[in-house]
Amino acid sequence: MSLLTDDQKMLKETAANFLAEEGSIAKQLRHWRDINCRDGFGHGLWKQFAELGLNGICIPESHGGMGLGAVEAALVLEEIGRNLTPSPFLGSAVVGASAIQGTKHADRWYPGILSGEAVLAFAVDEGPRHAPEQTALEARRQGNGFVLSGAKQFVVQGGSADMIVTAARTTGSPGERDGLTLFAVPKDAAGLAVDNLSMVDSSKAARLAFDNVALDADAVIGEVDNGWQPLQRALNAGGAGASAELVGVASGASTMTLDYLKQRKQFGKLIGEFQALQHRAAHLYAEIEIARAAAFKAAALLDSGDERAELFVSVAKAKAATAASLAVSEGVQMHGGIGMTDEHDIALFMKREAVLGELFGDVYYHRERVAQLSGY
Amino acid sequence: MTEFDGFRSDTRAWLEANCPAKMRKPIRSEADLCWGGRNWSFQSDAQQRWLEVMAERGWTGPDWPTDYGGGGLSAAEARVLKEEMQRIGARPPLTSFGISMLGPALLKFGTEEQKKHYLPKIARGQIRWCQGYSEPGAGSDLAGLQTKADDAGDHWLVNGQKVWTSYADKADWIFCLVRTSSKSKQGGISFLLFDMTTPGVSTKPILLISGSSPFCETFFDDVKVPKDQIVGEVNKGWDVAKYLLGHEREMIAGMGLGTSGSSVMLGPAARPADPSLRTEIAAFDVDALAFAAMSERFAAMWKAGEVHPASPSMMKYAGTELNKRRNQLAMAAGGSEALEWDSERSRNGATARSWLRSKGNSIEGGTSEIQLNIVAKHILGLPGA
Ligand SMILES: Cc1cc2nc3c(=O)[nH]c(=O)nc-3n(C[C@H](O)[C@H](O)[C@H](O)COP(=O)(O)OP(=O)(O)OC[C@H]3O[C@@H](n4cnc5c(N)ncnc54)[C@H](O)[C@@H]3O)c2cc1C
Repeated sequence: MSLLTDDQKMLKETAANFLAEEGSIAKQLRHWRDINCRDGFGHGLWKQFAELGLNGICIPESHGGMGLGAVEAALVLEEIGRNLTPSPFLGSAVVGASAIQGTKHADRWYPGILSGEAVLAFAVDEGPRHAPEQTALEARRQGNGFVLSGAKQFVVQGGSADMIVTAARTTGSPGERDGLTLFAVPKDAAGLAVDNLSMVDSSKAARLAFDNVALDADAVIGEVDNGWQPLQRALNAGGAGASAELVGVASGASTMTLDYLKQRKQFGKLIGEFQALQHRAAHLYAEIEIARAAAFKAAALLDSGDERAELFVSVAKAKAATAASLAVSEGVQMHGGIGMTDEHDIALFMKREAVLGELFGDVYYHRERVAQLSGY
Repeated sequence: MTEFDGFRSDTRAWLEANCPAKMRKPIRSEADLCWGGRNWSFQSDAQQRWLEVMAERGWTGPDWPTDYGGGGLSAAEARVLKEEMQRIGARPPLTSFGISMLGPALLKFGTEEQKKHYLPKIARGQIRWCQGYSEPGAGSDLAGLQTKADDAGDHWLVNGQKVWTSYADKADWIFCLVRTSSKSKQGGISFLLFDMTTPGVSTKPILLISGSSPFCETFFDDVKVPKDQIVGEVNKGWDVAKYLLGHEREMIAGMGLGTSGSSVMLGPAARPADPSLRTEIAAFDVDALAFAAMSERFAAMWKAGEVHPASPSMMKYAGTELNKRRNQLAMAAGGSEALEWDSERSRNGATARSWLRSKGNSIEGGTSEIQLNIVAKHILGLPGA
């Protein structure tokens, strides 16, 4: 993809207007943060997403969705990033929808996603760093079903989810890709303990403890022992999506900073007149443009089923996180003292960047993956 | 170093005998520091005793003259003391803007009476100070400050507003830059000292992105300041201000050294699985250890008066950028656990809060951009800079 189709432009405009209006920092992020909301997002807004049809972007038309793909999801996610809008869009409508795609769980959960009533979460990480092959959470066969024991962490919106897609090990040992199975774990499963935690950006992520959680064979998503493929599909959708959201975070931070450079005066000049800052702003502009190109390339390759898609998801995630990290650091620095205050919005971009940068693997994880996929 | 062997072994023995065990534990957070002052409540008996014995010996201001409550140590002896304290992991007995900033300025510009009056109290941790420099319209362009002090015969009458005043709500006294003449920008500034309980002074804390409120807006409404509380001459306060900034910047540069050794890693158990992160941390360690060598050399040359007066700007720039990198890498190494904000496991988001706070290092005490401007202009002599 290099240019947007008319339909895509329209979708982008719809999302941009909607999120700037309804998803603004004051109306959403600060509001839910300041009342210390359990979910960290608003269910009302999630329903508005649904009314606009955004929740069906990645859901096939046969299930009542729009049957679009990663590119369209990325268009929405960039606007989400720009406005720092907390929502279940990435976790439920992109990653969750992708994980259950083509299975009977789709029949069960797509309607709720489409109506903005259901929230899904995705439980992969078991240590502080993303390492899906290392999945150790044990799923033991018992009778007709399975019993799950172990722990998960950094489960985004895990405390708000109705169902948690959980990667578990049915055979083999940590480090192996074979022997993984995805399970649909209902929120009220007996033996499941959910520790709902606030993150630095005021979003919520849970730690889950599975103490002999018994599940029917029906809970299996896809095939037993062959979970790696759907897991990868969901992680790639998540990686591409998080990249687009990071590009939005970078853009939002840089727009705010450029405005400030045109307003703040020191030494009788607008600080934007200082070439030391001009060059850095121009450099940042180039970095964000390149990151955006990488993010949309990854999405387009995913949509066309290209074999380079996986490589490009890692390129996009690493590049977007680097560009966004630069954007938020420059943003705070160029604001001076006021950038360090809670009252100002610029550092909210820095906090969000930290969480998105970590989600589905940080820069170091994806650099490593680029090396491996490139065969060195 | 042989001529210091005696001093070293005496110091070692004295510290061994006098530094309480509790004061040899690493500083885990801001709450472990001892700031002193009229309203200070000691965190523990050990904290109080440590301050008292060190102050008694003059070692809160080791290289200040003994007449003013200091230790009278030579630069080399002061370094030995520092090394010996580091050897046993002794905490600083006192963290104080009086010691690190105002003291040196008073020693250079204060009258004999001012030195006798203020310095011993600073050394004993009896007055806690804050720094009234920045204003809403005067940050990087500090000399553009507008807070006024009018000559009202037997006192100065101060009106105006400061901002980002660290610990103004906890400080007993302020050292404050005021405008005493509008005829010249730098040449119309004076340096005043006054009590924060003087009528007309008020403060309003500002919440930082790390979740604490160390700094404030500070307002002056017809504040009467006795005439003898000016440091240096009227309208010559900019010289005092700049000299103090040199010391402040040297102190802030020390952040480059970190508190728990130079490395980001806490031990071999924390060895990161990603080779690229490991490489990045090693690259950081190279810079951190090289910076530590530079700091040692700089401290010796600075005390001996062998450095360019603008060189604390170079140190401040390098040290703070390094500390930001250290915190960034600590976040990366901590992964998603370091993102937790208020869990017990994350010690209430300690890594994240420290990372966010570190972002201010390259802003406070003059931004990195300003330090680089100073280096370009004053050290490198570049045209038009
Ligand atoms: C944690 C913290 C504690 C502080 N404590 C104190 C304190 O105790 N007392 C006190 O008086 N002040 C304190 N300060 C204030 C600090 O000194 C100022 O924030 C700082 O000097 C920058 O001023 P400013 O905030 O007005 O930013 P501005 O001067 O508005 O700067 C905005 C941006 O423009 C850049 N810029 C400005 N001029 C130039 C130029 N000529 N060339 C290139 N770039 C330029 C700056 O580098 C910065 O990136 C503190 C600040 C922080 C963050």
